[in-house]
Order: sequence, then structure tokens, then C-alpha cells
Amino acid sequence: MSNNVLNTKELPFCKGCGHHLIAQNTAKAIEELGLNILDVIFVTDIGCHGIIDKSLNTHTVHGLHGRSVALGAGISMGLPPEKKVIVFIGDGGATIGLQHILEAARLNVNLTVVVHNNFLYGMTGGQLSGLTPKGFNTIITPNGSPYGEHDICELVYTAGANYVSRVLGIGDYSETIKNALKTPGFSLIEVMEICPSYGVKFNPKRKLQEIVEAANKPIKTWTNHRDPFVFPERKIVSNLFDKTPVIEHLNKEKILTSQIQVVLSGSAGEGVQLAANILCKAAVKHGYNITQKGTYPVTVGVGFSNAEVNISPDEILFHGLSNPEYVIVTSQDGLDFSKNTIKQMNEHQWILIDKSLPLPETKAQILSYDFRGKGAKNAVISSLFFFAKLSGIIETDTLKAILSEMGMLEKLPLTAIENELVLVTV
Amino acid sequence: MNIHEKKEVILDDSRVIIEALAQAGADVYIGYPITPSNAMYLYASQRFPLMLPAPDEISTLQYMSGLAIVGHIPVTATSFPGFALMVESINMAYMMELPMIIILTQRLGPATGTATAGAQGDVALLKGMISGGHPVPVICPSSIEDCWHLSAKAVEIAVKLRTPVVILSSKERATTNRNFDISKLPPIKPLERKYYSKNEPYKPYEYNETLVPDFLPVSNTSHQVRITASTHDQNGIIQHTSEEAMKNTIRLEKKIFKYLNEYTYYEHIQNNSKQLIVSYGVSANAAQEAVKILQKNGRNTDLLIVKTLIPVSEDLYSIIEKYEKVVFAEDNINGQYAKILFGEKLPTHVSFVGSIGKMLSPKNIIEGGKL
Ligand code: SF4
Repeated sequence: MSNNVLNTKELPFCKGCGHHLIAQNTAKAIEELGLNILDVIFVTDIGCHGIIDKSLNTHTVHGLHGRSVALGAGISMGLPPEKKVIVFIGDGGATIGLQHILEAARLNVNLTVVVHNNFLYGMTGGQLSGLTPKGFNTIITPNGSPYGEHDICELVYTAGANYVSRVLGIGDYSETIKNALKTPGFSLIEVMEICPSYGVKFNPKRKLQEIVEAANKPIKTWTNHRDPFVFPERKIVSNLFDKTPVIEHLNKEKILTSQIQVVLSGSAGEGVQLAANILCKAAVKHGYNITQKGTYPVTVGVGFSNAEVNISPDEILFHGLSNPEYVIVTSQDGLDFSKNTIKQMNEHQWILIDKSLPLPETKAQILSYDFRGKGAKNAVISSLFFFAKLSGIIETDTLKAILSEMGMLEKLPLTAIENELVLVTV
Repeated sequence: MNIHEKKEVILDDSRVIIEALAQAGADVYIGYPITPSNAMYLYASQRFPLMLPAPDEISTLQYMSGLAIVGHIPVTATSFPGFALMVESINMAYMMELPMIIILTQRLGPATGTATAGAQGDVALLKGMISGGHPVPVICPSSIEDCWHLSAKAVEIAVKLRTPVVILSSKERATTNRNFDISKLPPIKPLERKYYSKNEPYKPYEYNETLVPDFLPVSNTSHQVRITASTHDQNGIIQHTSEEAMKNTIRLEKKIFKYLNEYTYYEHIQNNSKQLIVSYGVSANAAQEAVKILQKNGRNTDLLIVKTLIPVSEDLYSIIEKYEKVVFAEDNINGQYAKILFGEKLPTHVSFVGSIGKMLSPKNIIEGGKL
């Protein structure tokens, strides 16, 4: 196969458009570097420049408007550094995809981005972009853009790009492109152009160099020396199930004959979900099936935290809140959350509530203990001991064994709990 | 009989889905945090050979597409707000014919809604998310076994059909813990990928009766590869509306239907009844319980749990048409899947029961469905 990057001299751009020169200079840079053309992947954005694909002998990828740098970054991340991924993008694409460019620069992905900055969207009729210099006329702003413009070079340089250069899109600037391609990590070249079809039409008296100077956009090169992107070394597991401890059954007699629900209602940050998990482990050790569903607000560490635990000798199908046999309330947040559930409970059902809280309106039997007296963080776990004693579904020894395995038993005021536990008579 | 040693653990669907995908051969996870998919991100970070945090969900899909172009099988997990940002890029991946898995964990909308409340409100969006109406396969597990087997299948069809595949979950399945004997989950054989290996020039979108073009990554140096999201011919060259290009665009839809039988999953529980509940995902669990309760009361009801939601298999109609009364049970307020099957106006013998802000319960189904 020929090693020419371009397969034609007839490029698909308007006469006099600077995009010709960008394609030719990039082709020259690749050829002079002696790269195998199938080691080169062109990723093009949407816009006039993006029609170049069919004229290229390299691999070509043509994606969405503004996303080409992120797409090119994905391609590059999966390839060894000797492969060259080149992104062609316009000033419009650079505007909509600015974050992708900054991110690729921050990660220092092996990528060369060529921004075709002709100060407007050519393909759609000459509208202004985020890179249109203040005062430049467009179809939308015929008296000059009233807005300021980004300095894309300064932005990517600050974000950490290893090689950044702004050139006037006139003559031979293939050396600059070569430098970019030779630099490991992220490089960006901003080529300043004027679109003959719209730019010249709306700004007939202006010359490219004057526009660039007036916009205070120096023609220069910026460099950083940061390590290019590689996927970092990580410690991974070979099977996620290795992280879930196997629970051995205790071969105890099961006293439950049908499914029950236990609700733990407390405050976020006080270990409600953890306590529910411990309760579940204990129930599984006693041979039951369990489900554990959490309900909590989007905030972390404030507000209520509710856990709905089902325990059943049979398969559990529906695991949502039904008509709980036990509701354990350890804080005011929990009480507020479960008020309606509690109101609907009947005389065969139980409420275990911290003694600091007002007794709720309900037909259920209420027992109140000093859960919070064991420390806010211990309140819910302590309550499990009372549940165990009261219900007989799990044993307090089972809870102790689980807590001990988790290294949590020592932190619990066990004597205080056991002293109070004797008050629970069934 | 199970010859394996019983291994009972407590886990959630998130863990099972991520492990199954990894075993099946998915090898890179791109993450962006969003409730209720955060556990999947965490698990994937512990398990996937390659993992990268993306700065947003558009980048997520773009990184995934780029990595798919070099031969990886990427995965991400999100919920509606992130998914909405991904839609254009999913269209891109669909047009480029790139395999990938997007796990969508539903939560209560509209918009940001309630991140920590469950829902099944994104089904209608999934049905119509491709410009042109082409279907993207949507697989919806409703048990741990489903999470295991169907996630592996999702990888297989993503690669075989060269398409993004959505695994649809919801907060109440993805984050609910349950005990399960994992010795019941057989190891999954990783997928072996076949690339174009002929010497003749490679045409990236050339196809035969399989309707799926051979894949070649851009890392190869034997053949030029052209990948594009714009309307294109078999060479991957942009076209306006040429005949060849239109055929290609039509093929994109046909290929998804051609293999539907291979990935149509449902469970039809028959109790000799004339009435049927149709459900999926977490609501199917409530429906299972409803069937059990009804049975105890001497009112037999049949149940159809749909697991391949999109495209809709003809099988579903063949089953549903046998019943005098059909009740769709979904965790939304508009019967989104019922409408996908029957249109805006449901036939008189078909009804819908739903819920909002609370899991649809067996009681809701029995009472609301007048079963
Ligand atoms: S419209 Fe402008 S940018 Fe587009 S090809 Fe023509 S001259 Fe170039």
C-alpha cells in the first residue's frame, strides 16, 4: 500500500479554504516522520473539516459534533504509544467539546488535536463560536461579536498539555505538526484561518494576521513535561464473590414458620444499614432467607435512615415494606419516618423504641429501652440484642459471634446491654 | 443435584451483574458516579482489568466507544440523568456498530427526581432512544440467576450483533441485599472474539446474510478501517441518501430482530388460569408474591415475567392473546411496557396497575388489577 496519507489532490473544501493546507501539512508531517499510515488513526469532528475522511489512506473515525477529542482519547487509551491518534476539530467543535479537550490534556492522553479555528461554524452558515474573536462579524452578529473568546492554547497548556502551538494557517507549518506528533502525551495545534465563504464575506476588509493580532493571540509554542497517560496499575480481585464472606448455618431449629419483616428506623450516620446487615447475617446463620432494603434521603449523614429486613423460612419474593412485625426506632428521625407505618400496626406486632423518644400512637406493643445510652453509633446494633431476646428468631450469641468476627464487639458496652437485657421478658 | 459445596453469601444484584460481565469478557469499565449505580462502579473498580473515571456521561460513552473501536468490550452503569446525556453517543455507537454494555439503574424521575427511590420509569425512553426508531436490545433481570446468566448473554449479543446492549435494573433490585448460594452460579466462559481474517481488502460495513459486518480494530496494520456515525456505504464513506447507504441503515434495524430468538427471555408461570399478570424487573417479584397469595385463596393466576423487554418478541403476543384478562404490573404511573405492546389505548381486557414513590406491592397488584 502506498504510504501517502492523502489518496487525492482534490480535497472536499471550498476554493481557498485553509483546511486544504491543514490536511496537506498534516499529511506531510506524517510522511516525513516515516510513520506507517495504518499506525495512524484520524478522528474527525463534525464540520467542513470532517469531510476529509474519504481523502485519507489512514484509519478514519468520524463521530459526533464536539466529541471527537473524547472519542479519540478512548481510542488512544487502548493503543500503544507508537500509534498516532490525530483529532481534527473546528472552533465550533472545540467550543461544544471544550471539557473533553481539557480532560484529555489533564490526563495527558497520547493525542494530537488540530483545531481548525476559522472563527465560525462554516458548515451551518457562519455562526459565531466560543473561539470567535470579539468584534469579528458573523451571520448572527453582523456588527461584530460582542463577546470575548477563549484562548484554547492557554487553556490546554494550563490543563497540562505537553505541546501546544498556535500557527497562522498559511504556508508550510508541517514542522509544528511534526513536533506535536513526536511529543508523548497530549498536544494541540490551533491553526488560525479565515473561511473564504463566510469569514471573508462578513469581514471583507480584514486580514487574518490583523484579526489574530487584534485578538491578542500570539503565535507561539507552550510546553509541559508531564508523563503521558497509561492505565494505572491497580490491585484487582479475580472474583467479586471472594469479597462476600460465606455464611455457615448453625443448624438451629427455626421458630419462624412464615415470612416476617423487621424495620430499623434511625438516623443517617448511625449505622442503620450496617446493623441491618448484621441482623441479616445472623438470620442466615439461623437458616433463614433474608432481604435487606435501604431507604434514605439523598443526603449523606443527615436525616433518616431506614432498613427493611425480611426474614423467612421460605423463598422471599416481594421484599418491599409490607406490614412489619417489628419496628425498631432508635432516633427522632427514624420515628418521624416510620410514624405512618407504626400507626397501622396491630396488637400482635412490636415496637422497640429508644426511651428518650415519645411513645407513638399505635395498637402495637411498645417496649422502650435505652439504646442511645450505649452511644449514638451503638444504638442500632444494641437494639438487635433486644430484638433477639424478644423474638427468639436469632440468638444474642449469634450476634456476638458476628460482631466479634467484624472486630466490632469490643466497641460495644456489652455489660450495659446485658444488664438491661434481663428486663426483656417474653 | 448440586455437587458443589453450598456457599451462602449476602449480596446484591450489582455485584452479580458486574462479576458476570467481567467473566463473560467485558474488560473495561468507564465510571461516573450516580445513585443508585454507585455500587456497580465500586465493584467494577475492584474487578475490571481496566477502569477509568470519566468526567461526565458523554465522555463516558465516548471513551467506551473509542475503546470498543480498538477491540475492548466496555461497560458503564448509570441512571436516568446520566443516561439522558449518553443518548446521542449511544446513537453513535449504534451507527458505528460497537459492542458495549450500559447498565441503567432506574430511580424516581422526572429529572433528578429522587435519586434514592426506585421506579421503572425509563422503559418508554429506551424504546424510542434511537433516531429512526431502531431497537437497542434491553435485558431486564428479575432474579440473581437472571443477573448472572442474562448479563453474560448481554455481552455475547453485544459482540455478536455489534451493538450497545442495555441491562435494565432499578434501585430496589440493584441495591437490595439478599442471601444466595453462589455455588448455583456456574463459571462463565469468556467470549472469544473473531475478527476479519481474510486477505481480500476489508470493507468495514460489508455484510452477508448474517447482517453483521466483520469487525477489525483500528490497531491492525493490514487493512484500513473506517468507522463512522454518519450515514455511510459499505466502505464507511459518508453518503447523503444513496441506495447502498439506506440499505445499510435499514440493516442496522434488521440485524437486531434477526437474532431476537437467541436472546428472547421470559418466564411463563402457568396455573391453568384465564387471567395473566405481565411484569418485569423488581415488580415481577411483587407479581410472583401476588400469584402465591392468590393461589392460597384459591384464585389461580398465571404470570409472564418479561426479561427481554426490547425488541418485543412475538412470543409475548402469542402468550398474552390466550388470556381473557391481562394485568400489567409496573413501577410507574403510565404502564409504559403495556403501551409499548398495545399502544396508548389498551384493549378492554388489558389493564395496568402501577405505583409511584413506593414499590408496587402484591396487594396493589391484586386489588388494583381486580384479580
Ligand atoms: S465553508 Fe468555509 S470552512 Fe467550510 S470549506 Fe468552505 S471555506 Fe472552508
